[in-house]
Amino acid sequence: MGNEPRFEKESMKQYVTSKVQQIPPSGIRKFFDLVSSGSKNTISLGVGEPDFITPWHIREAAIYSLERGRTSYTPNAGLPELRNEISHYLHREFELDYDPDHEIVVSVGGSEVIDLALRTLINPGDEILIPQPCYVSYLPITSISGGVPVAVETTAENQFKLTAEALQQSITPNTKVLILCYPSNPTGAVMSYEDWLPIAKIVEENDLIVISDEIYAELTYERKHVSFATVPGMKDRTIIVSGFSKAFAMTGWRIGYTCGHPDLIAAMLKIHQYTIMCAPTMGQMAALEALQNGMQEKDKMVNSYNQRRRLIVEGFRSIGLDCHEPKGAFYAFPSIKSTGLSSSEFALQLLEEEEVAVVPGDAFGQGGEGFVRCSYATSEQQLTEAIQRIGRFVNQF
Amino acid sequence: MDEFKLQILALLKEDARKNSNIISTMLGVPQEKVDQAIKEMEEEKIIVKYAPVINWSKVDDSKVTAVIEVQITPERGRGFDAIAERIYLYPEVKTVYLMSGSYDLQVEIEGKTLKEVATFVSSKLSTLDAVLSTKTHFILKKYKQDGIIFEDHEEDHRMMVSP
Ligand SMILES: Cc1ncc(COP(=O)(O)O)c(C=O)c1O
Repeated sequence: MGNEPRFEKESMKQYVTSKVQQIPPSGIRKFFDLVSSGSKNTISLGVGEPDFITPWHIREAAIYSLERGRTSYTPNAGLPELRNEISHYLHREFELDYDPDHEIVVSVGGSEVIDLALRTLINPGDEILIPQPCYVSYLPITSISGGVPVAVETTAENQFKLTAEALQQSITPNTKVLILCYPSNPTGAVMSYEDWLPIAKIVEENDLIVISDEIYAELTYERKHVSFATVPGMKDRTIIVSGFSKAFAMTGWRIGYTCGHPDLIAAMLKIHQYTIMCAPTMGQMAALEALQNGMQEKDKMVNSYNQRRRLIVEGFRSIGLDCHEPKGAFYAFPSIKSTGLSSSEFALQLLEEEEVAVVPGDAFGQGGEGFVRCSYATSEQQLTEAIQRIGRFVNQF
Repeated sequence: MDEFKLQILALLKEDARKNSNIISTMLGVPQEKVDQAIKEMEEEKIIVKYAPVINWSKVDDSKVTAVIEVQITPERGRGFDAIAERIYLYPEVKTVYLMSGSYDLQVEIEGKTLKEVATFVSSKLSTLDAVLSTKTHFILKKYKQDGIIFEDHEEDHRMMVSP
């Protein structure tokens, strides 16, 4: 029995659309399979989520909501109380003003919003500008939606900030959308108000729409995050992607949200209502608690990331790796060019020889080659040990 | 107290063996400043001791601990302090707190056996002139002490690599 083929047909691949077939295998996925088959002794700096468990008061609120039988659908756009609270919170923390009734939709993570926004904005052939290295979902979703991803270069010399020059060079008559992700996964780069001004000018001149992924907005370490939508003239042109995953250590709850011009939000809601109906009710109840009572715990977590950020950056520099200072998110993005290895070779050999997992920079698109992404959302003891092991590893080159 | 010293205390509270070199990196200040601050706090007895938290129930010859509510009459001129001192100087006594509410001192006593603790209470504690009454509660299990959970079931369930 056991050896009989499970499927009648050898391959069903010809039924998959060419759009989906053309999506290259995820660099992270490949590496995940390797690491997961590795030993117990492995220290992973490859994890893209907080190492905190969701604060207890938030979990408890969700349990309580279940006990009270809050198990039905919510409105498509999300619980009105939650949208209200998001509106207050954005105003209080980031000087953003959005009407909870027409300008905010609660989603299944920021991930869903990236999909909604791109599907809403892209006509076939539209060019989508993506500063790279960047978060892994922008390119494939752009392609699935019929758009043409166009890389915009960012470099370590400029702390991986988006520059007006690089942006200007990539614009053509077909350019429609610019995707921003600051604080950045994978580089940890942030943009200040002054950095935004020349970018906003180009956006205005070229009549672009901006998808601003601000999911790491709470995780900045020198100055408060500046939302692109606060730059004069940019609010109507900007769709904000955000969520609870990173700020409140709530990745598994799958709650995010988007804010923007009511016309764009209404269009995104059209897709959301038919594909998702509404974000999970229990998760929305938890998110409500997070916004109402979670600021203190959030600040503690941010403080702790900051301490570990200093530790890892100092650590890389002490073993002779160039590491620009990441000012947001929880990733360091050191250069490994001094070893003469490609980032994939580096990651593979490091895993084999020293049992430390990092993500090769080329998994994050153009410009990532020569770097590795290291998450410092792991215990200080593990970080210290990992740096020692990496130090031993790079010493041989 | 300044924020800097509070941050040092928070780090040491988590791990008293953390050296000042690492603390200085984590806080982004020179090591000398950290050393100086720690020295000051030691001298001011803000940092009293660097002692491990031990889960004694895992040690073979396990101990018996009791919490005792003690009512006392304060002493003229010295209030509760003198009598508290007479109690806390016994090595068997692990903690002594002055309390508001229906009793005055909360005393924690450790002994090898139930009998040993009971004997201490009846022969040493209750016999003090100032002691009006005692109420002994034996501790059956310690779940959490001083912010530290003894058997933490919250493991790291994250995938090894994620975007
Ligand atoms: C830049 C960025 N955007 C969006 C997401 C998606 O987050 P979620 O769907 O959990 O809200 C992530 C998660 O890693 C991310 O790093």
